[in-house]
Amino acid sequence: MTTDKIIRVSIWIYLGIFFAYLLGPLIIMSATAFNSPSFPRMTPWECLTFNWFGELFRDERILNGIWNSILVGFGTVILSVSMGLAGALMLTQIWPKLRATYYTIIIAPILIPGVVLGISTLVFWDRINRMLGLGADSVLSNGLFLTIIGQSTFIASYCMLVLVARLQRYDIALTEAALDLGATHAQAFRKVLMPFMMPAILSAAVLAFLASFENYNTTTFTFGEYPTLTIELAQKVRYGITPAISALAFMIVALTVFFALINEANIKRKKMIAEARKDATVGELAGKIEVPGLISRNPAAIALIVLVIGVATVTASAMTYSPDQCIADVQEQKRLETEKRIQELRDRRAKEAAEKAAAEGAEGGATQTAPKPSNNSGFGGVFAPNTLQNEGTDDGASDEGADDGAAGSSNNSGFGNVFDPNALGNDNN
Amino acid sequence: MSAGVGVDLENLWIRFGDFVAVRDANVHIKGGDFFSFLGPSGCGKTTILRAVSGFLEPSEGNVLIGGNNMKGIGPNKRPTALIFQNLALFPLMKIWENITFSMEIKGASARERRKRADELLDMIALPGQGDKLPSELSGGQRQRVAIARALCAEPDVLLLDEPLSALDLKLRQHMRTELREIQQRVGITFIYITHDQGEALTMSDDIAVMRAGVIDQIADGKTIYNDPSTAFAASFVGENNVFRGKVLDVRGDQALIRTNRSGDLLSRISTANQGKMNVGDDAMMFIRPEALSLAPTGSQGDHFVTAKVNHEEFEGNVFNIFMEGDGGKELKVSIPNHGQSFEDHSGQDMTLEYDVNNAVAVPAGELAAE
Repeated sequence: MTTDKIIRVSIWIYLGIFFAYLLGPLIIMSATAFNSPSFPRMTPWECLTFNWFGELFRDERILNGIWNSILVGFGTVILSVSMGLAGALMLTQIWPKLRATYYTIIIAPILIPGVVLGISTLVFWDRINRMLGLGADSVLSNGLFLTIIGQSTFIASYCMLVLVARLQRYDIALTEAALDLGATHAQAFRKVLMPFMMPAILSAAVLAFLASFENYNTTTFTFGEYPTLTIELAQKVRYGITPAISALAFMIVALTVFFALINEANIKRKKMIAEARKDATVGELAGKIEVPGLISRNPAAIALIVLVIGVATVTASAMTYSPDQCIADVQEQKRLETEKRIQELRDRRAKEAAEKAAAEGAEGGATQTAPKPSNNSGFGGVFAPNTLQNEGTDDGASDEGADDGAAGSSNNSGFGNVFDPNALGNDNN
Repeated sequence: MSAGVGVDLENLWIRFGDFVAVRDANVHIKGGDFFSFLGPSGCGKTTILRAVSGFLEPSEGNVLIGGNNMKGIGPNKRPTALIFQNLALFPLMKIWENITFSMEIKGASARERRKRADELLDMIALPGQGDKLPSELSGGQRQRVAIARALCAEPDVLLLDEPLSALDLKLRQHMRTELREIQQRVGITFIYITHDQGEALTMSDDIAVMRAGVIDQIADGKTIYNDPSTAFAASFVGENNVFRGKVLDVRGDQALIRTNRSGDLLSRISTANQGKMNVGDDAMMFIRPEALSLAPTGSQGDHFVTAKVNHEEFEGNVFNIFMEGDGGKELKVSIPNHGQSFEDHSGQDMTLEYDVNNAVAVPAGELAAE
C-alpha cells in the first residue's frame, strides 16, 4: 500500500522533473518575450509588453532570414521527398542480395556530421562550377541552390526511412491489379501507389521542412547570399540578444503546438468516424457525425479550441493594451531608486568627511585651521561637505526627505549632473 | 456475348533458376469454358496463371489467347483480367471507383463510370453500395466487387487465383454457385485456380490436375473422379482407398492385381492406361469409400476384401468404418444411412464387396499428401 504510494509519487516527481527539463526553457523563453526589459529575462517582471513582436517584424534581417528559410525549406522538401521516394522504391525493387548494402549506403548521410556535408557540398559544386567554366554568379554557386542541395543530401535519407516504412505495407498485387486492368506503369504509379503513399509523403515533407528550417551546421557553409533564419539568429546573438528573439521563439512554439493539435484532433476525429461507421448504417451516419462529434471525447480538439481562443484574446488585447504607462512607471520607479542610492552615497560621504574633519580637529587642536570647505579641491568639490550641505536641508534625513530633496535638487551636484534625476527624466521623455 | 476466346498453352516451360515450376504444359481451353487448374499448393498452377495474364514470361513455349501468340505482350495489353487471391481491391477508392478503374484509365467520364458501376453492382447483387470503401464490406461482398471490377474491363478471359480461399465454408459454397452462374451469364472463358477439389468439381467444365509442375490429367470432373489416369489424380481428387501390388494378369480392360495385404483383386484399368500395363508391373488400385459395401463374412473371390475394423464413426448421412489398410493408411468404407441398425464391429474382421467397374488400376506412382 505505502510502497505503492511511494512509487506513484516518485513517478509523478520524475514526470515533473522530466517535463520541467523538456519544457522549462521554452516556457521561460516564451515568457521573456512579454517582459519589457531589453535583455530577455523573466525576473524581475516589469511590464507586460507586446512591443518585442513589433520589434521582430521591423527587423529586416530576421524577416529576410525567415523568407530564405522558407525558400530553402520548400526546395529541400521537393528535392528530398522525391529523392527519398525514388530511394525507397529502389529498395523494394533491388536484387535482394544487394539490399543490405544499398540500405547502408543510402542511410550513411544521416551518420555523417552536417559540417562535413556542408564543406563537401561547397567544395564539390565549386569544382563542378569551375569545370564548366562558370563564374562566381552562376546558379551552381548560388547560396540558395547550394543550401538546398547540401541539406537534401541527408534530409533525403530521413524521408526515405519514413517512406520505406509505408512502402513495406504496400501490397504489390495492387499495382499488378492496376496493370492487369489495362493501366500503364505510369498510371498504376499515379493512381494506385501514390495515393497509398500520400500520408507518408506528407509526413516526410513536414519532417524535411522542419529539418531544413532548423539546420545550421550544413547551411553555415553553403548559404552564400541567402542567410537563413538560423544563420541570422546565430549572427545576431553574437552582438547580444533581445527579447525579439524570444518573441520569435514563442511564435515558433505556438505554431508547432497549433499544428500538432490540429493533427491530433484530426486523427482522433477520423478514428471516431471509423468507429461510428462500423456500428451504424449509412442512413444513421448522416445525423451522427455532426459538429459535437468533433469536440466530444477529443481532448486535442478541445485544447486546440482553447489555444485558438487564447491566441485571439492575446492578439486582441495586444491591439488595445499599451504598456507605455507601465513602462513609464517602472522607469520612474527606477529613477527614484537610483536617486535614493545616490543620496545614500552622498550621505555616507558627507558623514565620512564630517568624521574626518572632527578627527583632524581633535588632533590639531583649536589653533589648527580646519580645512575650509571650498570648491578648489582636487576632487572638483565632490567631497566638499559644504557643497553637500548646500545641496539640501536633508542631511540626516529620512527617505521621504530624500525624495523631496531629489525632486527639488538643482544642477550643482558634485557628480557633474550625471545622476541628475531631472536629466534622466529628460532623456526618458 | 460471343462464344468466348480459347486459350492454348503450347509446350510451356517456366523455370526460376534451377527450379522448374511448370514442365512442358500443353493445354487447350475451349472458348467459354470454365476451366480449373487443380493441385496442391506449390504445384505451379499460379505460375501458369501468371504466365497467361502476362506477369511472367514463359522460359519456353507459347501462350495463345484466341489464337494470338502473347509473347512480349504486357499484362495491360492482354484481353485477360485476373482476380487475385487476396482480391487486391484498391483500399483508398470507393467501390464504384474500384469497379470502373479500367474505364478511368481509358478516360471515361465520372458519369459514365457511375452508370456502369451501378449496372455491375446490380449484377453482383450489391445495389447502392458504390460509395462504401472496400474495408467496409464483408468478405463475400468484396469477392463480388473484385469480380465486377474484372468484368468491367470486358476481358475475353477471366483468371481467378483461388479467390474463395479466404472465405468461410458456408460463403465459399454459396460463391461457387454464384461464380458458375456469373460465368454462364457473361459467357466468357474462366480459368480458375484452386487446391479445393470440391470447387473444381462443382464449377468446372474441364479440370487439369497438376502435380509438381506437371499436368497429370485434363478431363471433365466426372472422368477425373471416376477414371483417374494417375495415382496422384486418383488420390488427390476425392477420398480414395489405395491397394498396392503387382499386375498378375491383364484381361482386356481389366487387370488382376496381387495386392500386398488383401490377396488378388480384380480391377478395371483406367482408360488412359489401357494397353500400357503389363504383367509384373507395380500397380495401384483405387476404390472409393462409397463403392465398397458389406458382404457376408468369409466371402472369397477377386472382388472381396477382408480386413480388421479399427474404429467406426457416424457422420449423419453415412457410417464410416475404418479398417486396417495398406501402407499405414486406413481403409475407409462409407455405408449410406438408410435408418438401418448399426452395430459396433471394432476389432472384428469384416468382408467388403465392390463392383469391378468401380475399382481403378493405374501404374504405381506418387500419392497426394494427406
